[in-house]
This record gives sequence, C-alpha cells and structure tokens, in this order.
Amino acid sequence: MVEPNTAAIDAEDRVATTFRARFFGSIARQKLFAFASLIVLMVFFGFASPAFMQVENLLGILQSTAVNGVLAIASTFVIITAGIDLSVGTLMTFCAVMAGVFLTYWQLPLWTGVLAAIATGAMSGLLSGTFVAKLKLPPFIATLGMMLVNKGLALVVAGDKPIYFSDTENFSTISQGSLIGYVLPSLPVPNSVLILFVLAVAASAVLSRTALGRYTFALGSNEEAVRLSGVNVDRWKITIYVLAGAICGVAGLLIASRLNSAQPALGQGYELEAIAAVVIGGTSLSGGTGTVLGTIIGAFIMSVLTNGLRILSVPQEWQIVVTGVIIILAVYIDILRRRKL
Amino acid sequence: MSPLVSVQNVSKNFPGVRALRRVSFELLAGEVHALVGENGAGKSTLMKILAGIYPRDGGEILYNGEPVNFVSPRDAQMMGIGIIHQELQLMNHLTVAQNIFIGREPPGRWGLFLDEDKLNRQAQEILAHMHLKVDPRAIVGGLTVAKQQMVEIAKALSFNSRVLIMDEPTAALNNAEIAELFNIIRELKARGVGIIYISHKMDELKQISDRVTVLRDGHYVATVPIATPLDTIISMMVGRTLMDGVQQPLLLASRGEVALEVRNLNCGPLVRNVGFTLRRGEILGFAGLMGAGRTEVARAIFGADRIESGEIIVRGVAVSIKSPADAVALGIGYLSEDRKRFGLLVGMDIASNVVMATLARHLKFKFVLRQQTIRATVESFIRLLSIRTPSAAQEVRLLSGGNQQKVVIAKWLARDCDILFFDEPTRGIDVGAKAEIYKLLRSLADEGKAIVMISSELPEILRMSDRIVVMCEGRITGELDRKGATQERIMQLATQREKAMAA
Repeated sequence: MVEPNTAAIDAEDRVATTFRARFFGSIARQKLFAFASLIVLMVFFGFASPAFMQVENLLGILQSTAVNGVLAIASTFVIITAGIDLSVGTLMTFCAVMAGVFLTYWQLPLWTGVLAAIATGAMSGLLSGTFVAKLKLPPFIATLGMMLVNKGLALVVAGDKPIYFSDTENFSTISQGSLIGYVLPSLPVPNSVLILFVLAVAASAVLSRTALGRYTFALGSNEEAVRLSGVNVDRWKITIYVLAGAICGVAGLLIASRLNSAQPALGQGYELEAIAAVVIGGTSLSGGTGTVLGTIIGAFIMSVLTNGLRILSVPQEWQIVVTGVIIILAVYIDILRRRKL
Repeated sequence: MSPLVSVQNVSKNFPGVRALRRVSFELLAGEVHALVGENGAGKSTLMKILAGIYPRDGGEILYNGEPVNFVSPRDAQMMGIGIIHQELQLMNHLTVAQNIFIGREPPGRWGLFLDEDKLNRQAQEILAHMHLKVDPRAIVGGLTVAKQQMVEIAKALSFNSRVLIMDEPTAALNNAEIAELFNIIRELKARGVGIIYISHKMDELKQISDRVTVLRDGHYVATVPIATPLDTIISMMVGRTLMDGVQQPLLLASRGEVALEVRNLNCGPLVRNVGFTLRRGEILGFAGLMGAGRTEVARAIFGADRIESGEIIVRGVAVSIKSPADAVALGIGYLSEDRKRFGLLVGMDIASNVVMATLARHLKFKFVLRQQTIRATVESFIRLLSIRTPSAAQEVRLLSGGNQQKVVIAKWLARDCDILFFDEPTRGIDVGAKAEIYKLLRSLADEGKAIVMISSELPEILRMSDRIVVMCEGRITGELDRKGATQERIMQLATQREKAMAA
C-alpha cells in the first residue's frame, strides 16, 4: 500500500478544510449572500418609506410570501434533480378547485377538502414524474403539458366562475387564522406563514437527512452513475415529483383559504415566480446543488421587492420590469461569485 | 540553445490541496519532453497553467525568453501553445473542418455567410500536411477515437503551435493507432515543435521522448535523459524503490464453485453469442482490442443495456436482470472504464459516493440517514484504500484520478458484491497506485470473490488473470489458461476477424 502522503495534507490543513467547508462552503456563502441582499433591500425600503417598516406591512409581506414560498419549495426539489416543474402554478389552482368540489359541491367535512387538494397535487406529480422517468420526456415538456392539463381541468370542473367556500366554516382560518397569535397575542403571525416555515423546516430536513434528499442531489449530480450504482432511479424521480405535487396541493389550500374561494382562472405565472425564487436563492438550474433556506430567502426577496416598490408608488408596469432586472442581476452576481471560488 | 518554454518556481493551490510548489521545467524546441509522476503529482495542473486554463499563484513563465502571463486558453493558443486534453474537446455533431476552425471561420460573401469550401480547403491542407487521410467534411462523432485525436492535433497545429501539450494521448488508442500518432509526433519534432508528453506508459515514453521530468506531490524532483533506467525513474516518481509488490497468483487451477455462467448472450452488434463461466476466487481476464465488445458484455450482464437473448445464471440459478438495480441485488458490481461519467457523482462528497449503492443500510425507519454509520463506514474505507483526501466531506472532483478510482472501488466493496466487473481498472492511474489496485484485486479474489477484469494492457491481463477470454468484434474467439497465454497468442485471437465473422 502507498502510505498516505502526510506532507501534502498536514493536520492543520485538515482542520482548516473541514471548518471552511462547514461554515464557508459555497452553499453557506450563498445563503449568507442572499440573506444580506434581503437585509439591504429591507433597509433601503425602510429608509425610503416609513410605511414599510410598519408591523402591519411586514405581516402583509409574510402573508403574501406564503403561497409563492410553498410553490418554490416544491420547485426546489425538482430543480435540484436538474429538472424543472412548469406545472406548479396551475396545479395549485386545480388543487384549490378540487378542495372546492369536496367542500362546496359535495358539502363534505373540512379534512376531506384538505386531503383532496393534496391528493390531487400528488396525482399530478405522479403523472409528471412518470412521463419524465418512464417515457423519458424532458421535464420541461412533460410539465409544460401538465401545466395546460391542470389549467384546463380546473376550468372544466369549475366552469369560469370561482367556487366559494362560504359553506365551510373555518376554511379561511387555514390561512388567515393565527395559531401563534392565539398563544402569543402580541405576535399575530398568520397560519399561512406558520405553514410555510413548518414546511420549509421539514423540506430542509428531508433534503439533508433522508435517503430521498440524498438521491435528489445525486440525480442532479450524475443520474447515470446513480443508476449504475443499482439505485432504482425511476422510482425516486417519480417520488420527488409526487412530493412536489403534494406540496402544490398545500399551496392550493393556502391561496383558496386566503381568497375564501377557488379561482379557476388563476395560477399561470406562479410557476415562473417560484422558479425565480429558487434561482435567486442560489439553486442551480443545472442541478446537484441547492437549499430550501436559500429558496425561502429568494421568495422573501421577491415579495419585499413587490411590496416596497408599491409603497414607493412605482407604477405596477415598472414594478414588473424591476423584478425582471433583479432576477437577472441576482443570478449574474451568483455566477460571478462562483467563478471566483 | 535557449529553451522555448521555461517555467520557474510556479505554485498553485486548490482548496485543501497544494497542487504545485515552486515547480520548474524547461522545454526545448524540437524536443519531446515527458512529464511523469503519480496521480495527483501535479502534471495536469502544471500543464493547465501553461496552457492558460488555470491562473498560477506564484512563479514565472518565460516563452521564447519573454515573461508571459496567459489569461485564457485562447491567449495561450494564439501565442502558439496548444493542449490536447485527455478527454477530447470536440463538438461531435460538427464536421472535421468546422471543429478545426471553430471560432476562426474564414468569412465568405459580404462577411455574412460562412465560406464552407474555403474552410474545407484549409482543413484539407492541414490534414495533408500531417499525412492524414480524413475527410474534412466527415462528422467528428462518427470517427474512431484515434481519428478524433488526430483532429484535435490538427486543430492545435492550425494555430501554428510551437508547443504542443499532450495529456495521456494513447489512453484510448490501439497499437497501430499509437504508431500512427508517434509518426506524427516525430514529424512535428523535426519541424521544431516542442512537445510535452504526459503518460503513465513507460514503454511509450522510452520510444518517443528525449527527456523526462519527474514530479511528486506537487514538487519538482528531477529532469533526466530518457536513457535513465526505468527503475530509477519509477523510484523518483514514488519516492522509494518500487517493489514489484504483487505476487503472481499461484498456478492452481481455481476450483471454486461457479459464481456466474453466461450462455448465448446477445445484445447489439458487439455482444454476439457470448458465453463463459466465472468461478469464485478467480480473476477472469477479458482481452481484446478497443471496440471488441468487452465493455458491452459487462454492461449487458449488469443490466445497463437491455439484452436481446441469452441466459445468465448466478450461483446456479437462472436470473433475469433488467436493470442495474437487479444486478446489484444479486451481488454483481460494475466499475466502469469511464469513472466520471458512469461511476462518480463528481460534484458530491466522498461520503455520498461511497454509500451510493448501500444507502438503504444506513437508514433509520427506512427513511432517515444515519450520519454516524455513514461516516464510520466511509472513514474505514478511506483508511483501508489509502484514499488521499483532507476529509470524507471533500468533493470527488477535487481528487486525483487514482483516488477517484478508489472511491468507486469503495462503493462496491461497501456493497459486498461477490461478482465484480472491473473495466480498465487502472486506466489513467500511475504506477504506484496500479500496484495497489492489483494487490486489491488479488486479495478480493482470495477472499472468494469472482472477478472479471477487462483490460487493454496485455501485461496487465497476463499478470493478473487466472484465465483469459479473448474477444473480437462482439464474439469470444478463444479462452486461454494462464499457462498457455502469451501476448502473441492473445493478439492472434484478438484480431481473428474471420473467425469472429464465421462464428
């Protein structure tokens, strides 16, 4: 056996490398960077307008991030596998409509509506995943198709009118109520935000601590090598799409509960905002890297921007332009930083 | 004569690794200068600095006596320093001429359209100059690897390169093709081109090079004339006298029980009616030329490619293997010849790679990873195989080729596979690490594992195998036991095209 070369890597190097890897690894640095950008934005808007830092406004930002944040978590899983999910927006709507079918059309109890939304999401994910894994369709195409299928089905089921949840008591508490406010009256954080954070922590744990998470990164890193390691690649890939779909179901409940109605025409465009949040959060579209924390920060950057620009009375048309420019800038800066490493 | 290139005290650091420390090196015009050293010695790093791919952290580079500072590969190329990478950098869907002149297409009418005719003419001139019979209009993806390599060389020469760096140029070539390559090298040499030649194959270096520079662990060791005895050069590379560590296997006919039997296997044009038996405790060598179908046989048995027909019998039971997952469940492991594409997740850490085939064993509630057992397993393999790394959390892409190979081996050892296919296990691996891998293969066989070793290096086949199967054009043309096997006999079988056709 060749003796391990101790000259090249001495003990000091070893300590330094693991320390650096843990605290200043590229992913940690990315989160730090995204977080810093978020703070800078908030400080900027805070100085620009006193209205921005009002508790009411901040709660509004939290509330408005919930739906996009949840969708972005779903997208994060798929994007880490080097895939893309264009169906999350319309799927969210279709899930909301299905909840409406159970609760308003059929007058079933609340929990069936919750289950229906999540199951609908999972089913759609099962289809997308099967198309990608078994039929070898590019994820872009498979989920583009599913985006239209979900959009169409939502309109078929609901017609062009919204389904209201006025018959279901407590439906709006899913999103609007405040469990935290119940315990700590001074902190009336809406449930939708609580759900976003619980989901984020859970998703983060799944990514870093479970076999599913490990395979998610592995598929994005080198799918063929994973297959040749004897791993059932197709099954895991489908599982990931199912999970992403189920999370879209949660987003569907959140938005329906906030509007107290399922709006069948809503939804398209949300998928791109979700992808933007993921990308601003430092997840690479080529797969293999990414974090949920980054995604959440990315989602907050998007809503702080929208909110702040509105408070500064920037016309809505220009808000959209600025958001586009920020996405391009954020990813470009990320690329610059990576090149330096 | 003043040197064409003079590298002085160049240093380079990567995260966690000092790749080069004050290395110096000189290249004369018209010289073939070999650069040798174990994997991770810093050869490729040094060359990438010279070719403008990596910036250097310290030191100077003189070119024609002038200090130079290349900021990009293009910069170096324009100055006349060309590099041919181990992994070819060609666009497979474009033609030969389009590849050679990519980015420098001659403008045609109004400067708007490309002048394909002129492009092809210019390419033809360069190819003719190299005495190369390749159609400039041919699509590169359809050429043999050897021809593709010639296209790379033609591309480098089209810049009027005065320095040509070749990194393991013969790794994928057969003997005839190597001879062809050497002819071209000699011609370039006569024209005054300085050639830096990186290779692990000592016999080739003896044939083609003038001087040898040895690197070890990022340090410059010495520059010696090629006439220096091989043992001396190797001992400079490894920093000790190399014992020929591996014992020849005992001449016992291996009489273990049959682990794997294959009958009438068919899978595409390169696997036709293949049949053989593999016993426990033996190493079965698969010899043949490039493209003889050995890799395809392994992939078919492993379930990576769908078989058309044939029987596979594992430990006496006929099985149906439809995917690598099925094969792995039966205890079959496959180490690909192309580690980066088929064996490793280079962007992930060592730990994830080692447990990739065994993740199910490291789960709580069938779901949650057990970080402690993963760490313990991985660290035991890092020690067992002497994987040179600062930690188990190191990304695999930062390891040298030999250490990457060890990570793949660790993956399959962790899986306790008892039927192992090693496809070119020592490709791109230096002499010292080679001996280690030979020892490892032998000790695995001694433990009762059944091993198939695919190799294009005849000395390796002869030294390691208990029995040898020879393939030619998708068919098995002969089987030799170690007593009857000679290089000549194997080559004879490996080139029996008629028999292969008739069979």
